[in-house]
Amino acid sequence: MKAKSIKGYCRLAACLMLVFSLAIHGDQDVSKQQLLLNALTNLKQGSMAEREQAIIQLADNGSSSLTILQALLDGQLFILKSDDSLVIGADNNQGYDIRDAITGTAKGAVERTDVGKINLTNKLRVSLRKIIGQLQLSSDDPAIRLAAVKAMGNEEDESALAILKAREGVEKDETVKQAIKVVFLLKDMNSSDKSLRINAIDALKEVNSLDVVNRLNAMVEKDEAGNFVESDIDIRNTAKAALININTRLQLYSSIETVFFGLSLGAVLVLAAIGLAITFGVMGVINMAHGELMMLGAYTTYVMQQLMPNNLAFSVLLSIPAAFVISALVGIAIERGIIRFLYGRPLETLLATFGVSLILQQSVRSIFSPLNRSVATPEWMSGSWQVNDFLSLTWNRFYILVFCLIVFVLLLQILKRTSLGLEVRAVAQNRNMAKAMGIPTSRVDAMTFGLGSGIAGVAGVALSQITNVGPNLGQAYIVDSFMVVVFGGVGNLWGTLVAGFVLGIANKFLEPFAGAVLAKILVLIFIILFIQKRPRGLFPQKGRAADS
Amino acid sequence: MKLIGLGADKIGTTVLIVLAMVSFIIPLCNLVSPADSPLHFSAYTVSVLGKYLTFALLGLSLDLVWGYCGILALGQGAFFALGGYAMGMYLMRQIGTRGVYGDPLLPDFMVFLNWKELPWYWLGFDNFWFALLMVVLVPGVLAFVFGWLAFRSRVTGVYLSIITQALTYALLLAFFRNEMGFGGNNGLTDFKELLGFNIQSEALRALLLMISGVTLIAVFILCRWLVNTKLGRVVTAIRDQESRVRFLGYRVEMFKLWIFVFSAMIAGIAGALYVPQVGIINPSEFSPLNSLEIVIWVAIGGRGTLYGAIIGAVLVNYSKTVLTGLMPEIWLFTLGAVFVLVTVFLPDGLVGLMRRRLQESHS
Repeated sequence: MKAKSIKGYCRLAACLMLVFSLAIHGDQDVSKQQLLLNALTNLKQGSMAEREQAIIQLADNGSSSLTILQALLDGQLFILKSDDSLVIGADNNQGYDIRDAITGTAKGAVERTDVGKINLTNKLRVSLRKIIGQLQLSSDDPAIRLAAVKAMGNEEDESALAILKAREGVEKDETVKQAIKVVFLLKDMNSSDKSLRINAIDALKEVNSLDVVNRLNAMVEKDEAGNFVESDIDIRNTAKAALININTRLQLYSSIETVFFGLSLGAVLVLAAIGLAITFGVMGVINMAHGELMMLGAYTTYVMQQLMPNNLAFSVLLSIPAAFVISALVGIAIERGIIRFLYGRPLETLLATFGVSLILQQSVRSIFSPLNRSVATPEWMSGSWQVNDFLSLTWNRFYILVFCLIVFVLLLQILKRTSLGLEVRAVAQNRNMAKAMGIPTSRVDAMTFGLGSGIAGVAGVALSQITNVGPNLGQAYIVDSFMVVVFGGVGNLWGTLVAGFVLGIANKFLEPFAGAVLAKILVLIFIILFIQKRPRGLFPQKGRAADS
Repeated sequence: MKLIGLGADKIGTTVLIVLAMVSFIIPLCNLVSPADSPLHFSAYTVSVLGKYLTFALLGLSLDLVWGYCGILALGQGAFFALGGYAMGMYLMRQIGTRGVYGDPLLPDFMVFLNWKELPWYWLGFDNFWFALLMVVLVPGVLAFVFGWLAFRSRVTGVYLSIITQALTYALLLAFFRNEMGFGGNNGLTDFKELLGFNIQSEALRALLLMISGVTLIAVFILCRWLVNTKLGRVVTAIRDQESRVRFLGYRVEMFKLWIFVFSAMIAGIAGALYVPQVGIINPSEFSPLNSLEIVIWVAIGGRGTLYGAIIGAVLVNYSKTVLTGLMPEIWLFTLGAVFVLVTVFLPDGLVGLMRRRLQESHS
């Protein structure tokens, strides 16, 4: 019943939309609409000649007809027998899932016999392909134009090349222009003129394209009989030189990629460790439940998404303050309830907070089940930024890097510019003196712990975007984040930042040689050895406070 | 009497007597009486008791470094696991051709990984005495290298705790790797016999319980004697005022190193006794949580008393067996709450509580 009524609403909405769109187009477009409808009728019922005419008319209509034409070419354009309308159908094994060709609204699934396919002759198909290419090439979106260039470049058809050639003159976008140039250079590589080939190879060595690399590699290889595929030694040598040139760039890009991955891993480590740097560095409290506070942040994101499933992007943004507040409150509760009684006994604090971490873990396991929960990534964070064929950077990691830096700067500002920050620094430097000056140290302790815990919650939001959200989420990061804090030097936020990024990058650079697990072990061993040499970390705190 | 500390403390003496009874009477009952007599304890009881005794030995080893030297080692489980692996390697090589693949030399998992020959570090483990040597040597050497580096550069307090935790975490990751040649994720298991005895047989179980008990008693008395020697007193002094001891002219790092290595060796022996009784050793023994659990045994029992560690280990593990059997979700809640409550309200553990009661009744 429910599904049916939803479908009904959809249909109603579609009708309304159609009415609106017709109304908006106004009078002057009526003739055009009429023309279009005629063309579509011709497409449905007309002879092959009339169909060709209809295709050209549709093409004149601009890029809005692109989906219909593309469907026609792919053999997905049908006439629905029941109401004689034009539909686009996707094969679902039993029949077709159809949607209206003009409005794009879904019309459910039908049997194969319910629809009639619109057929094309080979001749018509060739010209249709050309028309689609042309339409795509004049599209406003550079990405569609680029895809069209790549698709047309693979065709042997001379007329397609002529269209490309014409486009090269007017193309404004550098990437698309470059892609067109590469198409012709690749064609030149097949010509019989030796100097043309050498020039083409020479020009291609500056191009970042996997197609080019494959072609060049194929040229310098030997076939099964042991002869070179390319018989001309000059061309082979030019190709080799070009490959060397390209490979150095390839290596450069791959190290850029590694650095990026390292930075993003480092950002995660910094986010995880920076709250710890406050509680551990400023207050000298070992909070083993820190990882579980991050876990709470991640679960907050999950709950927020459950509360507003229709607005993913907003729910993730809203999760940031929510996670901060929840983790901060839990943190303050831990400080007031337990840690307060254990100041000056760091080892006992470690044990008590570990107990808290067990309780938090088990609570989450009892409430949300021990299974991992998946948190959806909003659209603007998914996908990747394709810089060129050799380098693509994923957006979610990029945003986490940015997010980490924002959190870091904010935290620095809080510690530097607010009165709370001043009090926190005073207590960190000399608790007794601060007390003597009238600073309410126990309140400051609670606030500091809340701040550090809140940041852990915020880190949890970031983590929920890259890993599974489960009861063990925190445990996986606790050893790492302690390492970062200790490596960077306790009580020094900049040290934490540098240490996080250094460890992240080191990890990613070691991974290709040693494998992920061994890389992690090597980094751990390195830190253990480093602590022996410099027990106070990279940037040790100076002054008397450091001695205690 | 005074030498071994008997009579010095009522609780200690009681613990010692109970230990002796458990480790002699139960195995003897089982060896002598027929299987259906009421004096006969089930195989399960025997192996669980044996397991508790090895945990008690492990707790004892931690109490030595934590309770007497103030080093909160969060990697004690690593030494336990290394000792266990050394014993496991011996047991693996005893399987011989009885494995699934029937290879006379290679353990099953190596055949499965398509390895052609035994790695060099597996050589010699077919000899029981060599394996026993390794049980103490491997943890001892690791503790020596690690401790020498750490104590020399005066890494103390929570820093030391955290890097010991990192140590066991690194070993956990390493032993999970199949390439390490220790059975990866599955660890070493499917043991057949120990010194020619069937490892499943009741007689061997009873014998192992007895050996565990005797070892525990012997180590307990040894440690007791040790902490009362001059060396032991220096170690206790280091716990209370490290810099003062250093200013008095003692080489603090040497004492620390000595006690750390000694305790790692005891942990290794505990691991070696544990493995034949449970029949498996896998990398999860290296997990940081395990090492932290050891700390809580000692904390609950009362640190710095030796017998406190034994009481704590047995008590916590008994509750664990009972609670995980009744309702598994409750166990972590309980353990967590115990961590918090003991550290906040019972800094001296149960032993401290009992002592106070005893003193009150005397006065």
